[in-house]
Amino acid sequence: MSVSGIMETTQYLTFKLSDEVFAVDISKVREVLDFTSVTKVPRTPDFMRGVINLRGSVVPVVDMRLKFGMSETEKTVNTCIIIVEISLDNETTILGALADSVQEVIDLEPDQIEPAPRIGTRLKTEFIKGMGKKDDHFIMILDIDKIFSSEELAMVQGAKDKP
Amino acid sequence: MTDKLRETYKEEAYELLAELETSLLELEENPDNLELIGRVFRAMHTIKGSGAMFGFDDIAAFTHEVETIFDLVRNGKLNATKELIDLTLAARDQIRAMLDASDGNGAVDAAVSETIVAGLKRLAPTSDKTEAQAAISSSQKPEVKDSNSGDKTSEITYRIRFRPSADLFVNGTNPIPLLNELRELGSSRVIAHTDAIPVLEDMNPEICSTYWDIILTTDKGINAIKDVFIFVEDSVELKIEVIDQGWADGEAGDYKKLGQILTERGDVKSEDIDNILGRQKRLGELLVDAGVARPGQVASALVEQQHVKEIREKRQTVEAAASIRVPSERLDSMVNLVGELVTVQARLTQAAALRKDPELAAIAEEVERLSGDLRDKTMSIRMLQIGTTFSKFKRLVRDLSKELGKEIELTTSGAETELDKTVIEKLNDPLVHLIRNCIDHGIESPEEREKEGKPRIGNVHLSAVHSGASVLIDIADDGKGLNAAAIRAKAIEKGLISAEAALTEKELFNLILAPGFSTAKTVTSVSGRGVGMDVVKRAIDELRGSIEISSWAGQGSTITLKLPLTLAIIEGLLVRISGNFFVLPLSSVEECVELTREDSERAHGRNMANVRGQIIPYIRLRDQFMIIGEPPAIEQIVIARVDGNRVGFVVDGVIGEHQTVIKSLGRAYRDVEGISGATILGDGTVALILDTSHLVATATLEEQTLVQT
Repeated sequence: MSVSGIMETTQYLTFKLSDEVFAVDISKVREVLDFTSVTKVPRTPDFMRGVINLRGSVVPVVDMRLKFGMSETEKTVNTCIIIVEISLDNETTILGALADSVQEVIDLEPDQIEPAPRIGTRLKTEFIKGMGKKDDHFIMILDIDKIFSSEELAMVQGAKDKP
Repeated sequence: MTDKLRETYKEEAYELLAELETSLLELEENPDNLELIGRVFRAMHTIKGSGAMFGFDDIAAFTHEVETIFDLVRNGKLNATKELIDLTLAARDQIRAMLDASDGNGAVDAAVSETIVAGLKRLAPTSDKTEAQAAISSSQKPEVKDSNSGDKTSEITYRIRFRPSADLFVNGTNPIPLLNELRELGSSRVIAHTDAIPVLEDMNPEICSTYWDIILTTDKGINAIKDVFIFVEDSVELKIEVIDQGWADGEAGDYKKLGQILTERGDVKSEDIDNILGRQKRLGELLVDAGVARPGQVASALVEQQHVKEIREKRQTVEAAASIRVPSERLDSMVNLVGELVTVQARLTQAAALRKDPELAAIAEEVERLSGDLRDKTMSIRMLQIGTTFSKFKRLVRDLSKELGKEIELTTSGAETELDKTVIEKLNDPLVHLIRNCIDHGIESPEEREKEGKPRIGNVHLSAVHSGASVLIDIADDGKGLNAAAIRAKAIEKGLISAEAALTEKELFNLILAPGFSTAKTVTSVSGRGVGMDVVKRAIDELRGSIEISSWAGQGSTITLKLPLTLAIIEGLLVRISGNFFVLPLSSVEECVELTREDSERAHGRNMANVRGQIIPYIRLRDQFMIIGEPPAIEQIVIARVDGNRVGFVVDGVIGEHQTVIKSLGRAYRDVEGISGATILGDGTVALILDTSHLVATATLEEQTLVQT
């Protein structure tokens, strides 16, 4: 059974958070950077790690581990920032996603992807586009637009009222 | 290609429509002004003409009907009545709608066009004749228009020799007013020939022995010059010749040679010149030496040469200074590039300072100067006059006051004040709101005004003026002013202030900027929906501006907007807290003082400092931003003026002035308060730009909740 909306072979970039493998549609990825110094914006939620300088533009960085309820990302040699292009309120914007390591680019056929189970992922189901299977591993294919939708980021607003 | 042309046409048409609107509104005030009628006609003629050329046939056909009527007005067969102007304005809106619809989105209501055309036809005296007439006149008129359109190119330079007869003074004529009158016609030079004046003892003061050469550049025509001398015609010798016409061929900036001028004037014979030229001295001197010309004549001819040369040079610069049309995206990307250049330059300067290499330091300095110049120039390209925005409001005021049954005129000043393009664009909505407020709440009905002893017609005045790195925009009305008591009651009712709060008048007025505040008792289509001034406040905040309200009961109120000239680059003060860098807008910073541990202990932990006897409340940014770590023994208080009060911001250290290229934090951070943007420092790290007014507001709110619990 395939997932609606995924009709043809698509390339995905896989990355690790802790030991788990996640994937994003490669067409959403602009580039992958080494972890550089991030400037924290005061009074914002912890998962909003701050902003970086990307060749003269200021780009927000989200800690994916914190976003998915894991512990904060520690800086290692493998830590990197995946720069993704998302559409936020019908406007294209650029965000950095902090990941423990970037793995590889893989091809997945539509029949290799199954819809995400409603329970058990311990993630909001709308964050997951589908479950990919590769060499007996499960790969969670993320819907990056949903993760960074304005309602999700609106939590930034709410945080200011916290002392 | 065609698409591009159509695009250009549309751009031009929108501009013409804006001009048409302004001209129509002015025409309403002076219905007999022929120049205004001409302007209206020309705008429509161009819209029609180019419309047909680029395939906007519906626009061309419709505009033709309106133009036909205006042709009658232009020929004096019809008066520019209010009714006609109303219809023409409606027609303008219809043309605009057609333009909007030409993209394929939205349709135009053809019935509206028909009603307008029918209305216009009714106004025309007799339609059969007029149509024929219009056809004739529109084929004739353009040529007439061209020759008297009053442009620089139709200026002609004349040489006038004015030689009064010797008994001029005896007749009681004074030549000086005549010369002055000539001067008023245009740019001129007057040369008096005094060679014939005898030595003092032989002089008869009643005899005029002087004559004049006048070189005059004017667009008024030869008859105007002749008119000046009309009363002395019989007693003077007058010679008027054209020496330079705007369209002269082969003009290379140089004018005729001196000899040629003198021969032309008949002062010297050409053989004499040929003769003398052989001797190779400066021609003028030679001529004088040879006795063929008097020094005065030579001097006069030289002046003529000079004058025409200047006129031609000026004309050339005018032609060269003609503007070009550039898409605004290109300008935006240029500003971005300059922004990056400034950032890189900051890095270079920093690197050079570390290297201690004098050669590199010199290069860095040079780059700094150049990029600074480039930045200023680029910013100035983006500057637009605010006048276009102002003139748009004329229509708004006209329509609204009609709707509300009030009589209001809009006056403006400082329309030439320049502001960054983006600032002007974002200023439009807040200004609309403020003007609506003036009309709806501020200005009373004509009857009420008469009772108060004020003129029936209310006035809304818009003005713009430069003040340092900011522009002040005033929206003033002469209405009833703000009702402080009503504001107070309302604020208490809404729970914005407590019943016993003691507020100054200014603080009370500022309450109207709070969300959900509206004092209008009845809800009209104009205002009173509770979304009002807070929207304005937010928009102005976004522009890094501030609002000040003053009001005098019964006399009116003034709202002053203070806006930065540009949004792209500001002068900032770079400060540090632990390893975090922040930038404060330098324009609001007044001074920096030290804060020692003892100082804060002496204040018993209260956040107040004594600066030369004045109490300055301060905000500890370290606490406010929850930055972990111990503050240093000596901290710095940066004292800034925020909404009229002096407030301190405590930081670990002040680093210095910083050219701050403002970068947006992006949509993800759009609701963060206290931070208005970010900038990139010389070493590539990101520093955050502080929004002082928000910081103070948040701190005030937090302190109040703290005290209450």
